[in-house]
Amino acid sequence: MPEINVTPLGAGQDVGRSCILVSIGGKNIMLDCGMHMGYNDDRRFPDFSYITQNGRLTDFLDCVIISHFHLDHCGALPYMSEMVGYDGPIYMTHPTKAICPILLEDFRKITVDKKGETNFFTSQMIKDCMKKVVPLNLHQTVQVDDELEIKAYYAGHVLGAAMVHIKVGSESVVYTVSRNKHAATAWIDKCRPDILISESTYATTIRDSKRCRERDFLKKVHESIERGGKVLIPVFALGRAQELCILLETFWERMNLKAPIYFSTGLTEKANHYYKLFITWTNQKIRKTFVQRNMFEFKHIKAFDRSYADNPGPMLIGKFKRQCSVIMPGYCVQGTIGHKILNGQRKLEMEGRATLDVKLQVEYMSFSAHADAKGIMQLIRMAEPRNMLLVHGEAVKMEFLKGKIEQEFNCYMPANGETATITTNPSVPVDISLSLLKREMALGGSLPDPKKPRTMHGTLIMKENSLKLVSSEQALKELGLNEHQLRFTCRVQLQDPHSDPDTLHRIYTHLKSVLKGYTIQHLPDGTVMVESIVIKVSSSAEDSNAKVLLLSWSYQDEDLGSFLSTLLKKGLPSGLC
Amino acid sequence: MKLYCLSGHPTLPCNVLKFKSTTIMLDCGLDTTSVLNFLPLPLVHSPRLSKLPGWVSKDGTINLEKELKDCAGRVFVDSQPEFCLPERELLDLSTIDVILISNYHCMMALPYITEHTGFTGTVYATEPTLQIGRLLMEEVVNFMERVPKAQSATCWKNKEIQRMLPGPLKDAVDVWTWKRCYSMQEVNSALSKVQLVGYSQKVELFGAVQVSPLSSGYSLGSSNWIIQSHHEKVSYVSGSSLLTTHPQPMDQSSLKNSDVLILTGLTQMPTANPDGMLGEFCSNLAMTIRAGGNVLVPCYSSGVIYDLLECLYQFIESASLGTTPFYFISPVANSSLEFSQIFAEWLCHNKQTKVYLPEPPFPHAELIQTNKLKHYPSIHGDFSSEFRQPCVVFTGHPSLRFGDVVHFMELWGKSSLNTIIFTEPDFSYLDALAPYQPLAMKCVYCPIDTRLNFHQVSKLLKEVQPLHVVCPEQYTQPPLTQSHRSDLMLELQPPPMPYRRCSVLNLPFRRRYERVYILPELANSLVPSEIKPGVSVATVSAVVHSKDNKHTLQSVPKPPPVAPSKKRKRVMDEPPVVMTPKPLLSGAVPLEAFLATLQKHGITEVKVEETADGHILHLQAEDTLIQLEEDGTHIVCDNNEPLRTTLRDLVLRFLQKL
Repeated sequence: MPEINVTPLGAGQDVGRSCILVSIGGKNIMLDCGMHMGYNDDRRFPDFSYITQNGRLTDFLDCVIISHFHLDHCGALPYMSEMVGYDGPIYMTHPTKAICPILLEDFRKITVDKKGETNFFTSQMIKDCMKKVVPLNLHQTVQVDDELEIKAYYAGHVLGAAMVHIKVGSESVVYTVSRNKHAATAWIDKCRPDILISESTYATTIRDSKRCRERDFLKKVHESIERGGKVLIPVFALGRAQELCILLETFWERMNLKAPIYFSTGLTEKANHYYKLFITWTNQKIRKTFVQRNMFEFKHIKAFDRSYADNPGPMLIGKFKRQCSVIMPGYCVQGTIGHKILNGQRKLEMEGRATLDVKLQVEYMSFSAHADAKGIMQLIRMAEPRNMLLVHGEAVKMEFLKGKIEQEFNCYMPANGETATITTNPSVPVDISLSLLKREMALGGSLPDPKKPRTMHGTLIMKENSLKLVSSEQALKELGLNEHQLRFTCRVQLQDPHSDPDTLHRIYTHLKSVLKGYTIQHLPDGTVMVESIVIKVSSSAEDSNAKVLLLSWSYQDEDLGSFLSTLLKKGLPSGLC
Repeated sequence: MKLYCLSGHPTLPCNVLKFKSTTIMLDCGLDTTSVLNFLPLPLVHSPRLSKLPGWVSKDGTINLEKELKDCAGRVFVDSQPEFCLPERELLDLSTIDVILISNYHCMMALPYITEHTGFTGTVYATEPTLQIGRLLMEEVVNFMERVPKAQSATCWKNKEIQRMLPGPLKDAVDVWTWKRCYSMQEVNSALSKVQLVGYSQKVELFGAVQVSPLSSGYSLGSSNWIIQSHHEKVSYVSGSSLLTTHPQPMDQSSLKNSDVLILTGLTQMPTANPDGMLGEFCSNLAMTIRAGGNVLVPCYSSGVIYDLLECLYQFIESASLGTTPFYFISPVANSSLEFSQIFAEWLCHNKQTKVYLPEPPFPHAELIQTNKLKHYPSIHGDFSSEFRQPCVVFTGHPSLRFGDVVHFMELWGKSSLNTIIFTEPDFSYLDALAPYQPLAMKCVYCPIDTRLNFHQVSKLLKEVQPLHVVCPEQYTQPPLTQSHRSDLMLELQPPPMPYRRCSVLNLPFRRRYERVYILPELANSLVPSEIKPGVSVATVSAVVHSKDNKHTLQSVPKPPPVAPSKKRKRVMDEPPVVMTPKPLLSGAVPLEAFLATLQKHGITEVKVEETADGHILHLQAEDTLIQLEEDGTHIVCDNNEPLRTTLRDLVLRFLQKL
């Protein structure tokens, strides 16, 4: 029985370092190759030794697919391709291909230049790694090889994020990292995959509408500013930053606010350029108006200079430390400072240095674009998967969602290094000769009748990799075989005091009454034919009442022939005219 | 499978393919060359055009003063310009299931087809094709509606009258089908029926066929289409290019193994080399500017203009044209320039890499930023106050019959310092200039057509090897003006099937196979047997389920068990219900082995008699004859059913069942 195996090397019952191995139809695919923000040791990267203990990555993997540019999904890529060693294709969308190397370089700088770690990937390795990337377009069906095909769908979440449909023969898997909250725009075919692999970061939350959250966020910002405080919003430079910028920009415009908004220089500025050039990858509303006004050209939002930090008066900053009020607009992975302060920790140990007292107000707002329970359920309705597999979530929270989903079908949540095996039951594609198919269609009448199924008979020829279904006659011809006729002739003794023609007629009448729905003919040459079975009568020379019936049929009429000979052996009923 | 050809214009095709119960329209080209028969639509009152004498036939019997005007020795229709539509009578357009668009130039007739014909299908196009196509339509509508013309000339179309008119009006064909431009409302309605597709996306149509666009290298988002089922493949090649300009390179390999390849949209300028033309364009431009004249470039608002601007970007400094203003005037100029920058994934590799930096892919962004290139929606408004001469103006429409270009013709035509440079290949430049004669301004003809030429296409066809090629008849003979150039036509074996407007072609291939799916339960129950090395067969009896043009085979449901009843002993009397017919047999029964088998089953007294075709075995104890021949076995026995079935099964052991 064919099966699909899914093994998380990272993100199995955990958040961070997404890396999932899928074996389907003899192909091995790695989905994402991320790093863990909460660790600084080996646990930072997925455990590739799971594969390398048996050989090289390139030999094992058919392709690697990166869903989006967040480091917990692509942060281990140069490590995997250049340090562990992988030379096969890596697929990602255009925006991801553009932005991914910048984030990787940023990550490398922090790790190597600031923290002074060695044994880490270099800038050159990032470049070499990106050379192995094949860009993906939305809805393009990419033939990785003759059998394996992948197709990317718009996922919302962040710029260039994609859901992927992976198909080998009639088996398929859908991998969705993160679902847009504008679920309507993140659409997928009713592709009925065998497994839907989904993130479950917000498994327990069913969040209120986006609009409410936005209003809340703006209210909190506004209150803080009114109090004369400063607001710090630690946020990824790409993705949510732009979303919040648009939100704040319009709010400032409407409320006529004067407090400056800054974003930390470097990445964010560059990021805004990417959003401008890849505007077709954002949502409908933004792209429709882009000719009149590009949403990513901000009036109130400026780049930040370090000297501004101690300026008196209210201000709003993205990605900066030590201010009056901090709003965490997204999920914080365990082990990070964000996670600690959100959990109420008031003393932070700074790396190697003194502790830091946290005095500012901490607010948490789920603005992250990760999927929540509602989004996942919506996706299930669209794609109609047969099984569900959850990754990238905390075990406890996953259980909750699993419970919800299992009311409908199987749900798996393997831990790292653990394999979930799903048996599939694919149908077998076969080429049927059109004449055979049309013959069957014609038999059934113009409209199919569900109560009277149309039965089709044919011969399946299996040659090399081809499966052809043809009529038996055609099969003989195609294979260059002679037909072998098998015939039976059966003598049946019968006492019947009539002349031979009369006996024959009596047989004809008898069979007519017994066999309904068969073609029975009384032919002028002194035979009766039932379908293609021939019946003849002769009488013996001594006793004209002792008749000998000769029944002759071919093997194709075996059932009927056998039945007739048994029937006639019993004699003819009296009272036949 | 049939092909209905609704347009005779080889580069603005409109064909309908009927394939496996689907009706697919391939492109929706609008032949705009008809507008050359009309007077230009001036943006501001033109005393010259308004004082033209009306036309009266020489003998004075036909007076069409109001409709026809004599201008520069030619007769023009004084009416809103009209377009020559694809044929609408050849088949019922409401039966069309889908329309596949290959590039934005080949969709201009869309509103005529999708509106007011009962069309209820879907249009498939790539995103750049849709967006830029919308801009081009919007531009034409805007050009027409800006200068409304009350009168609509129809009398001249009367067959009797048209016959009497001077050429080229006399020779214009199908003038009754010519139509005025559509409205913006019709454009919006037509475009709302478009569904976006990406390259290599597989789109299922009713489960019967699959269509898929491939990059064709000609313009932003331009595509060729593959229309295929599991066993048949039709390739539709329209406007393709192998030159390295801005679009993504052409995908050639996916065209391989086609049963039929429909070839349209080859270059209209087979003898003009685009690179050479580009060089000539630049040098003429520089020469005119240096002499203090203005340059007018009549062009479409998207397409080659991007390449022209890129070429100028490199050329400006070296030719010391740094201070010369370049103007791009069109109602959609801004949108076209902006849109070109956001389709990174549809661009060639070089331009894609720029976006990764991130930088705009086209250098015209820099030309705009440095104020070298300015764009305006029309000559009215800001342009009139900011305009400086000498300058270079890019504006439409290339037919010189409507749009802002008409104004510049009137303005600059009288001075020999100025130059008009034609770059678009769609119109004959002499015909385009006809109503403006006599002209003092210089005319330079540098048509840039990047589509495939005959040399490239024969190489391509050799590579992809389609079984049959269908093409417009124009491609099967050399051009009229160069009848000795046998290299300017398609020569193929077998020869291509030519079509013209209103042709209906029967495409030469027969469908033999169809894909069905055997459900796992049935598949598991099959018993294959090896007939020859590597070839196995299995007999299949199944129920066919057909839904949405997909067929599946399921196991035959078992008949419900007969309820035990008193009548049980009569069951034997019921005639057999044949669920499964017996398979066909093949092979031969070897005598020696068969005898041995008989012996094993206790049949020992066998008399063997040799005949012409084989042997007759007489089973003496049983009084039974078995006739063994190469291609047949005949068992003749008394009514001894157990014996007969035993013998039957013994014979079957030696035979293969199919």
